Amino acid sequence: MTLPGGVSRRDLFMKLGIFVNVVVGAILAVPIVRYLLSPVVRERKGADEAWIPLGNLEQFPSGETRFATYKNPIVNPWDGATADIACWVRNVDGKSFQVFAINCAHLGCPVRWFPQSNLFMCPCHGGAYYQDGSRASGPPERGLFEYSYKIESGKLLIKAGEMPTPGDASNIVREIRPCV
Amino acid sequence: MRLIAAIGEWFDARLQLGATIREIAQHPVPRESASWFYVFGSAAFVIFMLQIVTGIMLAFIYVPSAGEAWNSLQTLNHNVALGWFIRGLHGWGSDFMVAIVLIHMVQVFLFGAYKFPRELTWIIGVFLLLVTLGMAFTGQVLRFDQDAYWGLGIGASIASRVPIAGPAIVNLLLGGPIIAGATLSRFFALHVFVIPGLLIAFVSLHLLMVLKLGINEWPMPGRVVRKATYIKEYHELTKRDGIPFVPDAIWKDMLFAAFILASIAFCALYFGPFGPSGPPDPTIIQTAPKPDYFFLWLYAVLSFLPPSMETPALLIGPVIVILALLLLPIVFGEGEKSWRRRPMAVLIILLSAVSLATLTHLAEHAPWSPVMDAWSGIPIPQEFIAKRSALERQGALVFQAKQCHNCHSLGMQGGKRGPALDAVAVRLTQDQLIRQVIQGGGNMPAYGKNLSPAETTALVAFLETLHPAGQSPARDASRAIALAPDAATPPPAHP
Repeated sequence: MTLPGGVSRRDLFMKLGIFVNVVVGAILAVPIVRYLLSPVVRERKGADEAWIPLGNLEQFPSGETRFATYKNPIVNPWDGATADIACWVRNVDGKSFQVFAINCAHLGCPVRWFPQSNLFMCPCHGGAYYQDGSRASGPPERGLFEYSYKIESGKLLIKAGEMPTPGDASNIVREIRPCV
Repeated sequence: MRLIAAIGEWFDARLQLGATIREIAQHPVPRESASWFYVFGSAAFVIFMLQIVTGIMLAFIYVPSAGEAWNSLQTLNHNVALGWFIRGLHGWGSDFMVAIVLIHMVQVFLFGAYKFPRELTWIIGVFLLLVTLGMAFTGQVLRFDQDAYWGLGIGASIASRVPIAGPAIVNLLLGGPIIAGATLSRFFALHVFVIPGLLIAFVSLHLLMVLKLGINEWPMPGRVVRKATYIKEYHELTKRDGIPFVPDAIWKDMLFAAFILASIAFCALYFGPFGPSGPPDPTIIQTAPKPDYFFLWLYAVLSFLPPSMETPALLIGPVIVILALLLLPIVFGEGEKSWRRRPMAVLIILLSAVSLATLTHLAEHAPWSPVMDAWSGIPIPQEFIAKRSALERQGALVFQAKQCHNCHSLGMQGGKRGPALDAVAVRLTQDQLIRQVIQGGGNMPAYGKNLSPAETTALVAFLETLHPAGQSPARDASRAIALAPDAATPPPAHP
């Protein structure tokens, strides 16, 4: 049977079948894509980052740089040890502090502090930083990532919650120092 | 016997697969292609089968949870009978698979097998290489140890450099703002469902095309591929000089595959499984993360690229390489197949092989990494402090205490990040040494703020002793004159 306009009944149903599936597919794609993108489109920053206590001020003597760890503000029970993040706390002069991310600004390896030479060194590709976090040598293009901090009732708090990466300097208080 | 035949016929009457299988098995291959050079593709396929089987067996025990994965690997290694061996087979199988896929690709490239009509077979082969490397990387992440944790950090740091979308890509990759449970779960899904699915689909297409288009004939210098005539020529060749794949050609594939499987089993037995190294605890920072074997070359590239080149090279380099591989059969779909008439092809392979081997070798030694414990763990060899003055020995102490040894070697010991200092006094004068120590430069940090004048004096005094016997240290000729008032002014006349 052929309808007016030369379209056969079978053709029409075939096209209807395709059309219905395309519509249903498109509707289904919305929640699927939203689900896949959930790590990106969740209400970022506000939710991810929080003020986290690093410990009492007495733990960070004046003029010294000390290792500190904190628990990430958002954790799942199955995160295990990965929920614990390390950082370096520098008590500059008893009043002001600097809190550096553990991740090298080159590719994220853990930097180590050497109090004798006052340098941070990275074991991966040999990046080195001065005690104030600025770049000393090696492949990093900039200084260490630095967390914002505040002091409340004798405790040092930092704003953290996101792994710092060279492409995302949003949680950095210092301006990016160009490589010289 | 008759019963078996009867059962076989019963099934074939319903399945109707017998004729198809016979046709596939007996498809003619050119006599000269039934060669030991044509066994790598089938070997890669057999290793893939091994990876599927051992992977499923590991999944019986492995827990894809950031909190438990490392423990479950320890259980596999120590508490499950032969768990270590299955892990060894899977790990070594992965290394062998990447190696065989690369060798297969080199053979196909040198034998011109990517030319008409097999362009698409090559293009899908490029995708197969990419998913194979994808399996290798995600598999390394599932071995959720220190190297996996910091390797993910490196992956995220590279991904973050993509303009504009970088931070979003990092979050997608990690499944959240940090490397944690969600990260391992999604790499598990990639390694176990997504990439193997792609791999099976690509392998099926790849094999189907090999069957439909026929295996590449042995390339002869002067036998040129032309789109107009090739298919006719190929069919004449297989008709005139073809042999059935089963049994005349397949035995070489079978022998080689068995040899490779035996080699993997030997490596698993003799060398054991890979790791896991330390637990994935980011607060344990006494670690020097390194990627698995087939990504070592990349580790070397990342340390050698100048900072300004790094982001463009990381983001544009892979795109260029993959595009070149994909476009190769489209652009060079006709012409000579034999490597004897394609010097550029041979040179490209040699250059790539030498570069990758050199970079891999360098990465195994990682001369760019400071030796983090050299200052406390590697003493200065005796000959550098024997018969030295008190000041010079004090300088040697400063050299150790200020971690100079982490980056500079003495007597072949210590870091290689900076130049060896065995003969530094021949290269630099006293003033130049002081300047270098205080101001740094040339990839050395400045130590001006970290050394007292006394320490600097002692250190430079020590450095000035570092010259081969019989070779005098560098001297600034003008300095002696400038500093000696006697030489500059005429001696007073004695009364």
